[in-house]
Amino acid sequence: MSKLLVKEKEIVVPGEVLAEGMDNLPGIGTYRQGEEILAGRLGLTYIDGRTIKLIPLSGKYAPKRNDTIICKVIDINFSGWRVDTNSAYSAMLSMKDGTSAYIQKGADLTQYYALGDYVVAKIVNVTSQKLIDVTMKGPGLHKLKGGRIIQVSCHKVPRIIGKQGSMVSMIKQATGCRVSVGQNGLVWIQGEPDKELLVENTIRKIEEESHLAGLTDRIQKFLEKETGAKLDVSKSSQAPPSPAGGRPKSYAASVRQGDNHGL
Amino acid sequence: MNEDQKQHIITLLESDKRLDGRKPLDYRKPVKVEPGFTSTAEGSAKVTIGETEVMAGVKMEVGTPYPDRPGEGTIICGAELLPLSNPEFESGPPGIQAIELARIVDRGIRESKTIEFKKLCIKEGEQVWLILIDVVTLNDAGNLFDASALAAYAALQNATYPKFDGEKLDYKESSGKKIELTNIPLSVTVCKIGNKFIVDPTTDEEKAIDARLTVATLEDGTLCAMQKGGDVPLTPEDISEMVDIATEKGKELRQALK
Repeated sequence: MSKLLVKEKEIVVPGEVLAEGMDNLPGIGTYRQGEEILAGRLGLTYIDGRTIKLIPLSGKYAPKRNDTIICKVIDINFSGWRVDTNSAYSAMLSMKDGTSAYIQKGADLTQYYALGDYVVAKIVNVTSQKLIDVTMKGPGLHKLKGGRIIQVSCHKVPRIIGKQGSMVSMIKQATGCRVSVGQNGLVWIQGEPDKELLVENTIRKIEEESHLAGLTDRIQKFLEKETGAKLDVSKSSQAPPSPAGGRPKSYAASVRQGDNHGL
Repeated sequence: MNEDQKQHIITLLESDKRLDGRKPLDYRKPVKVEPGFTSTAEGSAKVTIGETEVMAGVKMEVGTPYPDRPGEGTIICGAELLPLSNPEFESGPPGIQAIELARIVDRGIRESKTIEFKKLCIKEGEQVWLILIDVVTLNDAGNLFDASALAAYAALQNATYPKFDGEKLDYKESSGKKIELTNIPLSVTVCKIGNKFIVDPTTDEEKAIDARLTVATLEDGTLCAMQKGGDVPLTPEDISEMVDIATEKGKELRQALK
């Protein structure tokens, strides 16, 4: 006799039995052990027909194809650059994918990307052995100059970006900072020193309160209080004004828009 | 840390600002001391400075004195940088960073003469108390030096002698007698970035530091010990300014001990 032991959107911990019997199927974040389906990580349950899925609430970033991430150059070798992806695996940025400029044999590769530089890159391939290839060719992919990098939980990234990039646009509009959010949980902020700090604090607030209802309104009020200026949200959600030489819309923000897991 | 980020920190400092919005000479909040953090040590304390957390424990042993100091006990200081506290720390024998941390803590306490080593003598030439101070980092968010020195002192303040009948030590029972401490030495690390001075650096700022000076001072401003780190040399003017800052900030840290 099959039995579903959890309700939709219930918080479960690793090892918790989600269902008994063979009528249900284990989805992402769950596994089958004998007759039972168990949770593989801390998360919220999400029942999709017969399949039980888990939306993770914690844990490291797992690299996925087509994700736009912010990475740091950690090594340079003959064929290109090795970058840290803020996950368990580093990625390779080959010379071909790194720049469209002609690179002479034996040229000094640090003139393109030096050790410690941060770049916005896109994952082109992840093999089963977790060898990752990234590229710098594409809209919005660029080297990051100046500003600061902060680390957030990668599971909160959809919340920071918001629906159709509304949250990040609102932050940009209120502070005039340039912001890039990588799917791997690294966020780049550049602007006035006080405003950079405000962006950081706002993002920390989003991270803390992302599970509560009415997040956008609360963040809007917070930003209005901190900046002392009224925010026109309707404007920000459509065409965000390009701040300080920034591009019209952060590419990273536009990726996976609407990927809100129905939360 | 790349050049870009270092430049960012320097530019901010020129207008007396820091990445987290503090003034150059502000400590993070809260600075908190929790004495008696573990029950297995004779004395212990946990210190929190912002997100940095350090634990110190004091164990007491009876041993033989050094041949050249037959009537004196001693202190032995150790530090362990737990891999859990910072992704850059590795397990294994203490590295250069852990050794320096232990030595700074040791020197601050030893040179302040807060413990009279003669009073640790039980039987001259045969039995003396050895005070072992161990510092363990729980979370490294920068400024381990100041947090460790503060934790070590707080643990000493908290420590009581175990029961000793002349032959056997009974760690299960405390004699209730405290270690006599004559003054309060506190270390403050002043860092130089560009031509600005800051205290209580975060991990990011620590990577951008040109030079640092750890200064241990007493309540009345007496200097006990100093340790310089970093690649950039310091001028005599730099040092006197750093010592002044350290003395001033030492007073602030002292409030946390009360």
